Order: sequence, then structure tokens, then C-alpha cells
Amino acid sequence: MRRQKSLVTVLIYILLAALALVFIAPIIIVAFNSFKNKLYIMSAPFEFPNSMTFEGGNYLRGIVNSGFFGKSITSLLTGFSDAWSTAVNGLSSIGAFGRSLFITVFSVLLILLCASMCAWYINRSNSRFCRLFYYILVFSMVVPFQMVMYTMTSTVAKLSLNNPVGIIFVYLGFGAGLSVFMYSGFVKSVPIEIEEAAMIDGCNPLQTFFRVVFPVLKPITVTVAILETMWIWNDYLLPYLVLGSKFKTIPVAVQLAMQGAYGSVDWGSFMAMLVLAIIPIIIFYLFGQKYIIEGVIAGAVKG
Amino acid sequence: MNNRKLKKYSPIFLGPMLIAFTAVFIVPFAMGLYLSLCKFTTVDNAVFTGFENFKAAFTDQNFLNALWFTVKFTVVSVVTVNVIAFFLALLLTRGMRGSNLFRTVFFMPNLIGGIVLGYIWNLILNGVLGTMGVDITYSASYGFWGLVILMNWQMIGYMMVIYIAGIQSIPGSLIEAAHIDGASGFQTLKSIIMPMIMPSVTICTFLTLSNSFKLFDQNLALTNGAPNRETAMMALDIYNTFYGSVGQQGVGQAKAVIFAVIVALIAWIQLKITRSREEQM
Repeated sequence: MRRQKSLVTVLIYILLAALALVFIAPIIIVAFNSFKNKLYIMSAPFEFPNSMTFEGGNYLRGIVNSGFFGKSITSLLTGFSDAWSTAVNGLSSIGAFGRSLFITVFSVLLILLCASMCAWYINRSNSRFCRLFYYILVFSMVVPFQMVMYTMTSTVAKLSLNNPVGIIFVYLGFGAGLSVFMYSGFVKSVPIEIEEAAMIDGCNPLQTFFRVVFPVLKPITVTVAILETMWIWNDYLLPYLVLGSKFKTIPVAVQLAMQGAYGSVDWGSFMAMLVLAIIPIIIFYLFGQKYIIEGVIAGAVKG
Repeated sequence: MNNRKLKKYSPIFLGPMLIAFTAVFIVPFAMGLYLSLCKFTTVDNAVFTGFENFKAAFTDQNFLNALWFTVKFTVVSVVTVNVIAFFLALLLTRGMRGSNLFRTVFFMPNLIGGIVLGYIWNLILNGVLGTMGVDITYSASYGFWGLVILMNWQMIGYMMVIYIAGIQSIPGSLIEAAHIDGASGFQTLKSIIMPMIMPSVTICTFLTLSNSFKLFDQNLALTNGAPNRETAMMALDIYNTFYGSVGQQGVGQAKAVIFAVIVALIAWIQLKITRSREEQM
């Protein structure tokens, strides 16, 4: 009996290991192809690079052709120290990687701030207007992007939000549904007594929120942050429609490298771009694995 | 809470979200509804035409193909993803060493964005098909199964972690009791684990359903509809109608409304099922 059981365990391990290999293999294949000459990629994608097919220059071409990194980090720094317009101009020269990072970080921070405040206010005030607003927010989660993409693009252009700073505001609106919904579910479980105590001690609603409520919301803040980060970092269509090819994010840079080549793709530098696009995600995953998986489960169960 | 005192602060608490949401969602949504009944090339030159766009949409062979392709793809993906994910979750909840490592590996593809995923599989599938002298654009069925494989690769890990959480929340005493009563592994699975994880099954089914139905990035990167728009799913067909042809924006918007209605219907059915289950509990 015991022997039979251990045999089953061994078989399961073999099956799992084989499957794990299938799951990792595509990424590994892309990785070693990024070190091959462009002529040997599509003709023999499953061969390791050897002395004949090796090429180290893919990464350099991939970075230069796609504008993956900016010409210099200094332009970013000077862009920030100056006024609004210089900030926008500065962002056009920071490269796709820096732009994706900038947009993702600031959009997520803004969503966390506004959504938590909004959800708390909706629950505590409970007026008819707030309830209506909440229902429309929840409804927006169901509506596919295609429904609003054309009209949204033109509205955003009219409001001059079609730049890397303005798109943060666009993400605030599109992230509203999920984030307010998730915060709202959590706010309901926060005991109202601690807030009343803070109010009696002389805190105004803003102080109450930031000193007492916001720290309690930490678990859901982590969950919302992870879900919104994964969405915005990987989003393609929205930044492509809003920013176009002038301000490329990573997914847009990857797509345009393929689309703009009209068949004569430099597969070597393209493979290098794919690897460069995957590396930040893997680093993010390795550091926050536990939170990411928990956050995704929480998001799925509540959403 | 002093409601009047709170109300004074509403511009700070609600303001930013309300303005952003109105600008990028409420206004474009209302415009979109109206424009689906108009002929236009930009939002400023719309001419009301009634239901002409909807008529055009329902007689557009590309759109009907896309609808059928999307339905087929969704059904196959939902079944394959959920069966494999559930099976893996069962294997990874046996308390074997290294289960967490496998979970980490299986979940990873879910974090990679659709465009990058699409091109990774473009390389792999064309490499395999290349040995037969063809590529993924050779026939629509290649594109179909390519998309199914890609979807499985991306979604299995995601659904698996939800099933694992569901299985782990079953009280150990229940399974132990079944064991003592002499239930076989299969009986325990059928009579205890399956009924207990039905909520997870509902969640996973609808997540895969709506994700498959709304698929866009992966479709664009892997086949872009080739050959001859036969592998274009609904989202891609709508995109092509808007941006790929002149003067068809109204038809595109009408298609988008139809698409939104179908997606909303799926969500509504899910809500009904979840509610009725909660009432039973």
C-alpha cells in the first residue's frame, strides 16, 4: 500500500515537472533566440545559439530602434523640475520603459488615493446621489472597452489629456469601477466607532480618514494596487489610442515594432524587446509573489 | 457621523473620481449610444440615421463570422482551461513538497501582457508549423487552436490558484470523515470536494467566459485576423471596423453596442446564479 502510494507520488511529480517545463519553455525559447542572428530565428526557432548563429547586438538594436530606454535620464529629471509643459516634453524622451513605469506608478497611486476616499465617503454619507454613483461605477466594470473607445479617444483629445501626464487622469476614470467596488466592500467591515471617537476628539473628516481609516484599509490597498498595476502595465489599446506612436509604452512599442515593419521584421531585435518586456514582470513577481497571488484571488472572488 | 459636516467635504472626497469618471466613461458612453444611431466619421459630424447601422452590422458577414468564431473559441477555452486548472489544483493540494514552487510556475504566464504573450506564441507556433512548411496564417483552424493554446497557457494558472483556495477552504474534518467511512478517492472528490467548490467553479467559469469573449490583444498579436479576417474575434472586428475602413464608424459603434449587450447579459446571468446560490446557503 505504502509502496503504491509513493509510486503515485513519483508519477505526479513527473507529470507536474513535465507541465512546468511546458509552461516555462516558451519564455526560455524566446530568451535564447534573443541571442541569435535574425536569419536563424524563424527558420530554426528551437535550436540553441551556436558560434555560427550567435549575435550579441540584438539588444542594442532592440533598445535603439524601439526607443525602449530614453536618450538620457537627465531629460527626465529636468522635465520634472520645470513646469507642466516641460514635464510633458521631457516624457517624450524618456523611452518606453520609463514612460510605462511613470504612467503605471502615478496612475495606481492616484487611483488608490481617490478610490479609497470616494468609497469611504459613499458608504458613510449613503445619500441617494452616492448610491446612484456607486451603481454606475459597478456597471462600468461590465461594459467592454470597445463600447467607449472611439468616443473616449476624441473626448480625451479635446480635453488635451492625450499625453503621458493626462493619461493618468484617464486611468483614474477607467480604474474607478473596480477600485471603488473593492474598497467599498472593505469599508463596510470597518467599525464606525473608531471614526466617531476621532471625530469627537476634534478631527475633521479629512483627518479622520487619513489618520484612522486609511491605515485600516491597508490589506485592500495592497490588493487594489496589484490588480491595477497588472492592468495598466500590460494595457495596450488604451495607451495606443490615447497617446499614439508619439509616446510609446512597452506594449505599444512591441506592437508597433511588428506592425510598422510590414513583414520585414528584424526578429533578432524583436526577440530582445520581448525579453526586455518580460524581465520587469518577472522581477515584480519574484518580489511580491505571495501578495500578487493573494491579491488576484481576492479580486476574482469579489469581482 | 455628522452628515452635514461630512457633506462639506464632498468635493474633496468625491470630486476627482467623479470628474475623471464622467469625462472618460459616462460622457463617452452616452455619446457612443447615440452615435450608434448615426452616420459619422468624427464625433462632430454625426447625422442621425436610426437603426441603419444595426442593420448593416447584422448583415456584415465579417461580424457574423467573428461572433461565431468568438462563441466557438469561448466554449472550447472555458472547458479546457477549467478542466486542466481544476485537475492541477487537485494535484497541488495533496500536501506534496514543492507544491508552492509548481504553483508559482503555473501562475507566471498570467502576469505577462496580451501583446507580448501573442508574439511569444507566434514564434513558437510558427516554429512548429514551419516544420510542415506552413505558418499560423495558413488556415483559420490553425489560428483557432493557436488562440486556444495561448489562452490555456495564460489562464490555467490563474484559475488554478482560485481552485486551490477553494479546495483549501474545505474543512479537513469533512474529508477525514469521508475517509473513515470508507469513501474512495473518487467518491470523496464527487460527493465532497465537487459540491463544496461550486462557488469557485462559478467564479472561474465566468472569469474565463468574459476574458475569452473580450479577447483582443492576444488576437491582434497572434493572427491579426489572418487569413482573410477569418480568425478575427468580435473585439478585433469592431476595432477594424472603426479604424480599418472609411465611413464605417457608425457601424463600428453599433457593433460595439451589440457586443456590450452580450457581455452585460453574461454578467447578469452570473449575478443571478451567484445570488440564487447565496439564498440556498
